[in-house]
Amino acid sequence: MKYVDEFRDGERARELAQKIGQEVAPDRLYHLMEFCGGHTHAIFRYGIPDLLPSQIKMIHGPGCPVCVLPIVRIDSAIELALDHGVILCTYGDMMRVPGSRKMSLLKARAQGADVRMVYSILDALALAQNNPDRDVVFFAIGFETTTPPTAMAIRQAERLKLENFSVFCNHVLTPSAISTILESPEVRELGTLPLDGFIGPAHVSTVIGSQPYEYFAEEYQSPVVIAGFEPLDVLQAILMLVRQINEGRAEVENEFTRAVTRDGNVKAKKVVADTFEMRREFEWRGLGLVPYSGLKIKSNYARFDAEQRFTLKRRSAQENKACECPAILRGVKTPRDCKLFGTVCTPENPIGSCMVSSEGACAAHYSYGRYRDQAIIDDKPSMIKTSST
Amino acid sequence: MCLAIPVRVEELQDNEMALVDIGGIRKSISIALVENVVVGDYVILHVGYALNKIDPQEAERTLALFAEMGDLDQIANDAAAQL
Repeated sequence: MKYVDEFRDGERARELAQKIGQEVAPDRLYHLMEFCGGHTHAIFRYGIPDLLPSQIKMIHGPGCPVCVLPIVRIDSAIELALDHGVILCTYGDMMRVPGSRKMSLLKARAQGADVRMVYSILDALALAQNNPDRDVVFFAIGFETTTPPTAMAIRQAERLKLENFSVFCNHVLTPSAISTILESPEVRELGTLPLDGFIGPAHVSTVIGSQPYEYFAEEYQSPVVIAGFEPLDVLQAILMLVRQINEGRAEVENEFTRAVTRDGNVKAKKVVADTFEMRREFEWRGLGLVPYSGLKIKSNYARFDAEQRFTLKRRSAQENKACECPAILRGVKTPRDCKLFGTVCTPENPIGSCMVSSEGACAAHYSYGRYRDQAIIDDKPSMIKTSST
Repeated sequence: MCLAIPVRVEELQDNEMALVDIGGIRKSISIALVENVVVGDYVILHVGYALNKIDPQEAERTLALFAEMGDLDQIANDAAAQL
């Protein structure tokens, strides 16, 4: 497929990897965090860790919207579906995410709730038009990529004078999450997670542009390279980061110039700004309460806001204590460090959110990386002891 | 969630919609978020909406960059072999 296949050329990938190997300093480590779940997925799917020299450590960040949604919001969506008799629509990967007591939207559906998987919020709008006697609620999640479509749909609902359509808004903002990681005690004080550079989000940046990352480069002296999601894009970004680190630079560079400009998509940004406003704080799974990191629907569109329209019980929810998702999302632990990984928690029966979405670090690791781990363990019997203590 | 793909715009439709080709499958998507879309444009499709256009010149430039890197290595290897 055009603009996909060309960026998957195996020969070029090997050349890029060789180049990275030549340019890394033998006596130092490069801790690089890819923020986006799309990158995590690409890194595992194409076996990129096998191509990289041992000096490069890829740390999988929190950039999967499914993985960072706290249990209490999932419980609210389940409550909407079960107790309020609405048609609840959402994207496919939200369906299996466990809320409290292992309940999920899929299980709510089995109990009689009307839960529908949609590919686009446009499908939810169509459902509302075709079912005028039912309330249709769209369970909206995602970063700056899915936010403009939600904003557009709310505008469309207003134009169509839809009385039975509303949005349960859980949209979150990428730059505030990156700040939180850089400011978290593990990163700043304890030094357990030194980050030498970031691979910046691809599709988020097509909307917000490369400009918002300039603050990180300046304030935290952390290089950022925005990269596409194809394997050559990721390798090229790693090479560009290695070069910046070697030269002591901390700049925002853009590998994904075919779709990202400095200003991003101005039209999309305007629609979002006109439809949403910032919440003072929003809870992220793994990061806790992050100030000004989530969006809510503006008051002039309040009739399309499910949180205004329905009375939802506010409950606190407990995560499974053994689940290491919070530490994995901050890059402090890897899926292998979690006792539940691959035993109790699998993609068929996920306990934590990182195992649900195909972009989650645990699911990507389970699908593509666990046999590689096993090979390492088989080679070195002493490691079994280490990993079990 | 973020696994968007490039698609080619085949036909413009009413209400800021367009027919696109996704690896041989035709689907109607919204182009309401992107300015001045014309037939033949490649756009990044995500959850039923085009998010942005792909600039073919920039795509070629990125590919040329990868290719050049390989060529440079070849030149370096050849030079080393001659020493």
